[in-house]
Amino acid sequence: MSSSYSRSASKNIDWLLVFLYALLVAIGVLCIFMVEYNPATFSADSFFNGNTNYSKQILFSGICIVVATFIILSDSKLYPAFANLLYVFGILLMLSVFVIGKDINGSKSWIPLGGGFNLQPAELCKVFAALALAKYLSQLNMDFTKLQSQFIAAVLALSPALISILQNETGLALVYMSFFVVMYREGLPGMILVIGFSFGALVVATLLVEKNTLAIILTLLAAFIVFALRRQIFVRKRWNIFILIISVWVFCVGIQRFAVPYIFNNVFECYQSQRIYSAVGKDYDCSQNKHAQQSEASSGKAAVKPDDYNVRQSKIAIGSGGFLGKGFLKGTQTRGKYVPEQHTDFIFTSLSEAFGFVGSFLFLGIYFILLFRIIQVAERQRSVFSRVYAYSVASILFFHIAVNVCMTVGLFPVIGIPLPLVSYGGSSLLTFTIMLFILIRLDADRQMVLR
Amino acid sequence: MPVYNQSRSRIIQVIFILVFLVIILQLLNLQIFSTEYKLQAENNAIYRKVVYPDRGIIYDRHGKAVLENTIMYDLMVTPSEVKGSDTNAICNILGIDTAEFRKRIIASIIKNSRYKPSVFEPLISDTLFARLNESMYKFQGFNITERPVRAYPFHSAANVLGYLGEVDTNFLKRHSGEGYEPGDYAGMTGLERSYEKVLMGQRGVKRYIRDNKNRIQGSYNNGLYDTSAIAGRNLYTSMDEDLQLLAEKLLQNKIGSVVAINPKTGGILAMATAPTYDPVMLTGSQRRKNFGRLILDTARPLLNRAIKGQYPPGSTYKPLSALIALDEGIITPSYGYPCAGAYYSCGRPVKCTEHIPGHSKNLRTAIAYSCNSYFSNVFRLIVDNPRYHNVRLGYLEWKHYMNAFGYGTDLSADLPGEDDGNIPDTSGYNKDFGGPHWNSCNIVTLGIGQDRMLATPLQIANAMCIIANKGYYYTPHFVDSIENETPADSQFVGKYRIKHVPLEHISDSSFNTVQLGMHDVSVFGTAHAAAIPGIDICAKTGTAQNPHGKDHSLFVAFAPMQNPKIAICVVIENAGFGATWAAPIASLLLEKYLKDSIAADRQPMVDRILKADLIPAAIRHWYIARDSIKLLKESQKINADAAPVFKNNLETSKPVTYDPEAEPNRNDNDSGTNRNNRKDSIKYKQELDKQEKKYNPKPKQK
Repeated sequence: MSSSYSRSASKNIDWLLVFLYALLVAIGVLCIFMVEYNPATFSADSFFNGNTNYSKQILFSGICIVVATFIILSDSKLYPAFANLLYVFGILLMLSVFVIGKDINGSKSWIPLGGGFNLQPAELCKVFAALALAKYLSQLNMDFTKLQSQFIAAVLALSPALISILQNETGLALVYMSFFVVMYREGLPGMILVIGFSFGALVVATLLVEKNTLAIILTLLAAFIVFALRRQIFVRKRWNIFILIISVWVFCVGIQRFAVPYIFNNVFECYQSQRIYSAVGKDYDCSQNKHAQQSEASSGKAAVKPDDYNVRQSKIAIGSGGFLGKGFLKGTQTRGKYVPEQHTDFIFTSLSEAFGFVGSFLFLGIYFILLFRIIQVAERQRSVFSRVYAYSVASILFFHIAVNVCMTVGLFPVIGIPLPLVSYGGSSLLTFTIMLFILIRLDADRQMVLR
Repeated sequence: MPVYNQSRSRIIQVIFILVFLVIILQLLNLQIFSTEYKLQAENNAIYRKVVYPDRGIIYDRHGKAVLENTIMYDLMVTPSEVKGSDTNAICNILGIDTAEFRKRIIASIIKNSRYKPSVFEPLISDTLFARLNESMYKFQGFNITERPVRAYPFHSAANVLGYLGEVDTNFLKRHSGEGYEPGDYAGMTGLERSYEKVLMGQRGVKRYIRDNKNRIQGSYNNGLYDTSAIAGRNLYTSMDEDLQLLAEKLLQNKIGSVVAINPKTGGILAMATAPTYDPVMLTGSQRRKNFGRLILDTARPLLNRAIKGQYPPGSTYKPLSALIALDEGIITPSYGYPCAGAYYSCGRPVKCTEHIPGHSKNLRTAIAYSCNSYFSNVFRLIVDNPRYHNVRLGYLEWKHYMNAFGYGTDLSADLPGEDDGNIPDTSGYNKDFGGPHWNSCNIVTLGIGQDRMLATPLQIANAMCIIANKGYYYTPHFVDSIENETPADSQFVGKYRIKHVPLEHISDSSFNTVQLGMHDVSVFGTAHAAAIPGIDICAKTGTAQNPHGKDHSLFVAFAPMQNPKIAICVVIENAGFGATWAAPIASLLLEKYLKDSIAADRQPMVDRILKADLIPAAIRHWYIARDSIKLLKESQKINADAAPVFKNNLETSKPVTYDPEAEPNRNDNDSGTNRNNRKDSIKYKQELDKQEKKYNPKPKQK
């Protein structure tokens, strides 16, 4: 009986995803090993003694195998059934951090588990949010074209993000933005994404281009659109188009001239502004920053100018890898510990230094195949629940990968989000394991309609 | 399921692809197209440690090492690691205050950055080393590294061997690509400089990986790119250390120099200059202080007078004059001149010191008795040779002979900074006499080696080699061979292996006549006191008038006459007659070299010379005042490493101002004042001025 059950459990399992998962976790352990390797203290048992990060990561992987097995053996009907409950549980877990939370690296978002292990609920909550969103969007009478349902979906996705921001964990909060990709797939007007991208482009342009020049460019752009639509506006007297163009123009110029400088100088901390500026290759003048001015006034000392040391060292490590890399354990920057946080957020640099462009390309290739496989899996689902969930997994993975790698190569401001399955960290590894194996479980039952 | 959703899936996929493409492009940019990151990574993480090889050893002709190596220690500091170390203790041990400590740390940071080790206290003494070593654990960021240092077992030949100095930015610029780094030492003078490339060997480089806190993590790539240090190669010189030591001993308390050459090879047997210094003074921890004192010493101990002292050769020139006249066919060996105590034909009489009647009845006796009248006359005959119709053409012909004898041009020996001496061009005299209106009478004292004729002891000794060899010479040099000689070395040393025959047309009989005359000098002539029993010495004394004071005492000789093994030139400044001081010194050196020891009955002569103090009063006075506090302070102000090496060693020292010695015929106003003001007898005042100008920059007067 048990043998036939296990056969049915392994039936329809997408082994490619399992294989890619195992490959990435193994690469992760290898990268952490490269970061920590020190010939002076290295011995064979340091892989298992639990004193080193890579041995801990091996331990986490072991736990993850157990968890993954449980998920594979579980019933897929469980997930839609408990989706809302889990979501509430996740939110409560996140809120509990404010009471029993622990401060690590300046963000109060960890729950101490004892034995030196900590759990970050915001990580875990991504799974619950994905399930809850899937559950909501797969309701029978769901009409996602309605503004109300769009709003509810957004609230579902963004509530954990809000709590995360309150925990001073901005990076993870941004991850929840990736649910908009899912909603777009499910019918959110494309206009919202276009507006979102345009807004991002406008902010970047504000940082890059001198403000008067940009204002002139925007004005000319508006004038050109008015000119192009002059027949619509002036002949057919459709003034609302004209008013829309004018108000968009006012909005853009307002953002560019007032909102962005205000936010950078008054809302953001100096180091945050500096990171964003340095991602676009500019230097931020901290003397304009309100927080810097305050701390300067209170301490009486000139504020230390935040340095883009992390990104610089990260770029040096990656750049010095060259075409083929320096070889396994031969990365001088990795060995010299020049890149801060290299075993967590900057893990990509150790791989990139050791194996060069070829290695990085192949490594990104693995992620690429994973993402496309997930999209392929998503599109073959019969139930909306599974599809939405699959897209959530793909979007979250994609967001993590893109932001993390862009951050290490200096294309994105430094925000602390890990590289999925590779970065050191139990919470992160466990979250992605659960996320991926729920998908594999759901996919194994793709013939079933789950609600 | 809405219809458009399938296309939306495509759009999402396109977004994924675009973002991955952007990342790949940036990776291409970072890893393949830009090279700066590789450089920065190397600067970051690779620590290059230079391994200094031992410099080559210099041997004398008997295989004795005259310059070798010993180990000394440098106290190094890595400023970034100093935090928390026991500053007070280290200051106490080194005997410095905390202000000086801070100053040195800042200097290190500026020089070598905060993360690289720099020298904190160079060349620490043995006692300091012991004291530091036992408490090194307290001094984080400090460590002691070995440094091979030059050792001079005989404490001699300082100016020949030269000293090492820390390279300055100019040096680095000139020698870029040869592997020098700031803080390195290189040969600054003497053989150390001439053979720097041979002696320095090849630096080794070890590469280590270091971490972000500058700690060594192990060798880079298992030492794949490391190069090992290759020791400098040894030099085998012609120097005879015993002779050199004796020469230096005999020159003590005198100003002057001795050059002894083996005429058969051109190898320099001894080259002494006085005053000199103990070369050890410029190696250890006291180097800075000593250098300051030496450079301020009025008697110029750092100056190698053998190649940079320019003296009127005086009567030592006469054998050359005889050879020229004989070769030109102006006189025959039996030519005589009726000397009546002076040469009267040119108005102002040229006095002759010899009064024996008939001392100038022929060339041989004229040389033996050094008759001024005879040679004044011979000089005029040469210059006024009717064959050349014109005194200036005659003069040029004479100058041609003199240059062929090696006067007036540097000989390119293997020591840097050799001076040219002076055989003036006709233009010089045109200037002196306001146009080409001069005649042989105006310059008649050239005939007795005076006037504007100047030569270095090396040139004078080399001319003796030509006479000894009857016509040929090898360029004087120290280094006979180099260990494992490379083609490049051979090219450098090769020029000392070429036989020069500058005046082939001078007949052997002319040389024989002159040699016989010179032999008579030591038998019954002006230097009979210098005779050594059993050796036929050919010699010539010289007593050179000079504008600085008492006459210079000169003596040249070669011996044995039939088979010359040594040619020597001795110059003692302001010592009077050549026969009084220079001759006995030369005689003793010849005896030492040819007989290997000095006969017991000549010991009193040695004692007399050793006791003699011939240093001019002005310099002696300066020596008494030397230890005054003011001077001490002044010498400490001079940074030995930054202080320039004698620049005049590097370029020909053309007189910047009017020098009465070089232009004795010039007669304008400032010559008079100059002569009056000149109280001391230092010949090199202009050079000293140059040095002073460097320390107190003033607008140049030109």
